[in-house]
Amino acid sequence: MMKINFSGLEPTAPLQGEPSELFDGISNSPSFAIPNTTNFDGFQKEAIQMVKPAKGTTTLAFIFKGGVMVAADSRASMGGYISSQSVKKIIEINPYMLGTMAGGAADCQFWHRNLGIKCRLHELANKRRISVTGASKLLANILYSYRGMGLSVGTMIAGWDEKGPGLYYVDSEGGRLKGNRFSVGSGSPYAYGVLDNGYRYDLSVEEAAELARRAIYHATFRDGASGGVASVYHVGPDGWKKLSGDDVGELHYHYYPAEVAAVDHEMTEVPVA
Amino acid sequence: MECVFGMVGNGFSLVVADSSAVHSILVHKSNEDKIMILDSHKLMGASGEAGDRAQFTEYVQKNVALYQFRNGIPLTTAAAANFTRGELATALRKNPYMVNIILAGYDKETGPSLYYIDYIATLHKVDKAAFGYGSYFSLAMMDRHYRKDMTVEEAVDLADKCILEIRSRLVVAPPNFVIKIVDKDGAREYAWRESVKDAPVSTS
Repeated sequence: MMKINFSGLEPTAPLQGEPSELFDGISNSPSFAIPNTTNFDGFQKEAIQMVKPAKGTTTLAFIFKGGVMVAADSRASMGGYISSQSVKKIIEINPYMLGTMAGGAADCQFWHRNLGIKCRLHELANKRRISVTGASKLLANILYSYRGMGLSVGTMIAGWDEKGPGLYYVDSEGGRLKGNRFSVGSGSPYAYGVLDNGYRYDLSVEEAAELARRAIYHATFRDGASGGVASVYHVGPDGWKKLSGDDVGELHYHYYPAEVAAVDHEMTEVPVA
Repeated sequence: MECVFGMVGNGFSLVVADSSAVHSILVHKSNEDKIMILDSHKLMGASGEAGDRAQFTEYVQKNVALYQFRNGIPLTTAAAANFTRGELATALRKNPYMVNIILAGYDKETGPSLYYIDYIATLHKVDKAAFGYGSYFSLAMMDRHYRKDMTVEEAVDLADKCILEIRSRLVVAPPNFVIKIVDKDGAREYAWRESVKDAPVSTS
């Protein structure tokens, strides 16, 4: 009597179509397993997104009378998961220059460190600090040379050079814009709303710091991907200085103290029958 | 959305471009100059991807300057247009530059001229040209009102008509424009047409 061969159903059975040295004895041509999906490009894109934290971000910077004010939140998320609440999104390139981080955390961190090296080499070669214009162009040219290869960077380069305060927006599409008011990241529309409204060129350092902090706070309030602490840096003629770092949760109760609500329904014991 | 257009008048060429730097729904900047002054008598209005636009126009500008240094004479507008087209054509099958260009120039021998060059390396010598969403409006306006013998004032008037039409009919109309002119006296900025004002970038 003929029996049907069920051996393929055994858990130890070799997978069909996947060559394996263990079971075949003779090794096939080199190969690796590919993900079981019909849309390979889509899978790859998703997989890349999984390992790219700091997607949702709010960062801002603006030039005013007293120099440049730079601020950011500190949340890193991987999709819906908050992977960190204490990320340094304001990167200290050198004592006179700051970079902000939006997009891929690794890409930003790596290329800012790389920029820091290039700026220091420029300083040693030319016996003077690099201009913000020059530094931002170094970064923009690097990013442009890698365009379309998956880098994800949205950054602002802020600093003080021989010409005074400088601010540039640089991104991984190769864009580079000079300006005096920028915000980058998923929370940027909210931050712009507050910033554009409260901005004046002749703001004092204290007023500017408060405006920056407030803009970040309001962005973290509405943007789920932004949160943590609102850090504020100021760049003046003598270099940058960190002014504050406040938990946005505490800021919320600082700006909007909790009101003692009148109790509508007092909970009472239900008489036991 | 991006609007670049230009026309040739009597003894001059004129280029108009919007000045918005846009990322999805955000306007990052509304005073970005998209018309590069290539050399003393050439203007290059460009639209397209931000990075490509900046990199490519600067590349052409430096190469035009290099030619002048090496040979002691400047490129004619026609030569610069053909050089630009050639660069776009070689890049097209490798890593294309996504830029559309309106090249205006003035030469002693041939007078003013205008070239239409797009990212797939099309090159046309024309009297009037336009790129972007604004082209649908400005092309029609220019077809109706353009004359070969226009004075600077008449041409600027027509440019203003085009800008007004774009601002009133285009959903995603940019707020600000820059107008530049090139004639026998050289290439220069003529005027800005701003409906929102960015605080000027301080250079103190």
